[in-house]
Amino acid sequence: MTAAPAWPDALYAELLSAGVKQVAYVPDAGHRRLIELAHANPDLTTVVLTTEEEGIGVLAGAYLGGQRGVLLMQSSGVGNCVNALALPAECRIPLLMLVTMRGEWGEFNPWQVAMGQATRATLEAMGVIVLRADDAERIVETVRAGAGLAFDSGRMVAVLIGQRALGAKVFRK
Amino acid sequence: MSQLERRAVTRQLLRSRGDALVVTGLGSSTYDVFAAGDSPLNFYLWGAMGSAAMVGLGLANAQPGRRIVVVTGDGEMLMGLGALATIGVRRPANLAVVVIDNGLYAETGMQRTHTAHGVDLAGIARAAGFAAAETVRSAAELDALERALYAAPGPVFAAIKVAPEPTQIELAPRDGPYLRSRFREALLGNVAHR
Repeated sequence: MTAAPAWPDALYAELLSAGVKQVAYVPDAGHRRLIELAHANPDLTTVVLTTEEEGIGVLAGAYLGGQRGVLLMQSSGVGNCVNALALPAECRIPLLMLVTMRGEWGEFNPWQVAMGQATRATLEAMGVIVLRADDAERIVETVRAGAGLAFDSGRMVAVLIGQRALGAKVFRK
Repeated sequence: MSQLERRAVTRQLLRSRGDALVVTGLGSSTYDVFAAGDSPLNFYLWGAMGSAAMVGLGLANAQPGRRIVVVTGDGEMLMGLGALATIGVRRPANLAVVVIDNGLYAETGMQRTHTAHGVDLAGIARAAGFAAAETVRSAAELDALERALYAAPGPVFAAIKVAPEPTQIELAPRDGPYLRSRFREALLGNVAHR
């Protein structure tokens, strides 16, 4: 068992300083610590979703109501969001998505590869600006840049957190 | 018993809205709410089918002091049924979801939806944890809903069974940035533009 990485706590602090008030998510192991921290903070509204596209609506509603939010998901959830992205795309509503990657660096489960390899192209096809961090020490600054682009410039932004930074999921054989 | 008519239903429910925030689902519900009277505090969806209830949830989270009313259709609600479970977890007291249920996909040629085959949306909402969830068929039930919509502890859900006759399309504004900015300005004032 290796020590828990430090970046999720720093990422959490970064999101708070960016003014995030709502955290919507479908769980992923890579977001586990961040989800725990969000649930523990009574000043945040944390929304567990049945499917990722719900989060696009939740965050659009949050923005209409004057709050910033963030949507956490695994890359497999990006495909679920496609048509819902018409809402922030047409209304130019800020959107910040943090996407932990599967289906790339050392992936064991071949069923993850199709969506993982299509993640960037899918987001870009819908007009989402894609930033990416492959090293753990770059994650926080990449999210900071993405939050600025989303909230200050009113854009849809996804930050992909590479499987290399997270470590490939280990399956016991 | 004569069937309820969707335009009259929507007009009645919104006449007592006060400062409530209204989100509509694409298609007939957007036309109905616009026909009942345009307001900057109406946010009309023209796409992103299945998202209306979730926009309502995000708004309810952000504005706990305001009543949020989502008005959508059965087809739109069916596309995002998981939203009812997501609302059931958060249980926002200030959120109401109203489905104008004609049992048809009116925009695409009047094909029958699942509710026409007996799928019970109010039953699903009740099982998901809504504080109140009813199917409305009569004028008396509609009167009761009109009161509950703005006063009962939420989340409130209602499926209103309406006549299948098509209604005239009433073209609500559909320019997204306009709808977004006028809504935020009416709700938030100048902060909306910072």
